Amino acid sequence: MFNILSQLDFTPFLLSFKLAAITTIILFAIGLPLAWYLSQSKSKLKPILQTITALPIVLPPSVLGFYMLIVLSSSNIFGTNLVFSFTGLVIASCFYSLPFMVQPLQSGFEALNQNMLEASYLCGKSRFTTLLKVALPNIKPAVLTSVIITFAHTIGEFGVVLMIGGSIEGETKVASVAIYELVEVMDYHLAHIYSGIMIFISFAILLAVYIINGKLNLK
Amino acid sequence: MINIDIQKQLYGANGNITLDIKLQINKGEFIALTGYSGSGKTTFLRILAGLEKSSGTIKVNDKIWQNQNIFLPPQKRKIGFVFQDYALFTNMSVEENLLYAANDKNLAKELLQITNLYNLKDKKTTSLSGGQQQRVALCRAMMNKPELLLLDEPLSALDTNMRKQLQKELLLFHKKFNTTIIFVGHDLAEIYNLTTKVFTIQNGKIIQQKINNNIQTSITTKIIDIYKIDNVNYALVYINDQYLEIELKQNKNIGDEIICHINLT
Repeated sequence: MFNILSQLDFTPFLLSFKLAAITTIILFAIGLPLAWYLSQSKSKLKPILQTITALPIVLPPSVLGFYMLIVLSSSNIFGTNLVFSFTGLVIASCFYSLPFMVQPLQSGFEALNQNMLEASYLCGKSRFTTLLKVALPNIKPAVLTSVIITFAHTIGEFGVVLMIGGSIEGETKVASVAIYELVEVMDYHLAHIYSGIMIFISFAILLAVYIINGKLNLK
Repeated sequence: MINIDIQKQLYGANGNITLDIKLQINKGEFIALTGYSGSGKTTFLRILAGLEKSSGTIKVNDKIWQNQNIFLPPQKRKIGFVFQDYALFTNMSVEENLLYAANDKNLAKELLQITNLYNLKDKKTTSLSGGQQQRVALCRAMMNKPELLLLDEPLSALDTNMRKQLQKELLLFHKKFNTTIIFVGHDLAEIYNLTTKVFTIQNGKIIQQKINNNIQTSITTKIIDIYKIDNVNYALVYINDQYLEIELKQNKNIGDEIICHINLT
């Protein structure tokens, strides 16, 4: 078994992890203020914003992929054609995984005792300080869930990645695409191994989330 | 002097009411608001704190907190607010809760010592009892030396002994810092024990104002039982067909005669 693994090309997995890590970091920076705003806002625009955020969950990846193709291929917007590049993949992934970052964070903020946040304002503290010093430390399980699920979801991404990235070795050929190609050329042996690794990684990540969250909630 | 003249439409369980309150409070006064739930008491406190908007004017010691043009946010009003559910920062220790409000270690120490909490200063607030948590909330509210301290039914979730203890500490704070206090509550005995003026609110308006003259009388009776709660000695006595629990300050035994001072209001 070790013999098989040592000869395996891990580049698609490394690429998947790199894509997931970068997407997660970017989405945390975007998702945190967005989730905080949505949880505190009473604006009439809120349902519209919420709907846009949730769209990637219900849309077929091909729809998102189609529009991303059009946007990313227009060099007017990004200055260069980003289709079939790693950067393009990151941008597409950020849209695709946005709800998985925002929704757990938003629920976490909404479940907070609002009096606690108001108590912080009455202590003279700004919304930003309140977010950092009071709100965030009190929703650690939600932060952990949103980060890990975003990461895992990006690793598991297939449709959008295929449409935007294609399958360029070492640039956009992530694990899920690699498996698809292996099946297409009927290399079931390697497809089995790649798929097995994906199942193992996904299982381990989710198990870690549930165990750690269980412990955090007990505290 | 605090001048309040505010109006706000409320949409509550009892239908639409107009909150319309005109009130003058002297500096250092300790007043009570009472009335049925849904009458607008909590909303009134939240308006004073700047947590809710309203039309009208609030002027505190010649500084305008709000009028047609000005609206100071909660951060800019020197308000102490004690919520019914304490609203402590659960991620911080007792002392950190106080220092978050104002980084003044000496004041924090003083307040925690008055409330017998100093030995618990490093504990997480979630490990404290309800009474201890409410005291922490009270100390936290005092940290930024508020010009107005608002107490929203702060004692209603506590048991009788704890209430008495907290009443004493409230009076102590009031005396020591000369803070102007508005207390919302239901228990009339408690209200008369604490405050000098009582306003009754009904459907958003003040319908009654009473001055509490604190008439005292003394009765001699015998001690039926003595016991200790939270390092305080209590004696059980029997007055006017009722068992009463009073704090015992002298060394006495069961069966001894004592003189009880009673407020008649």
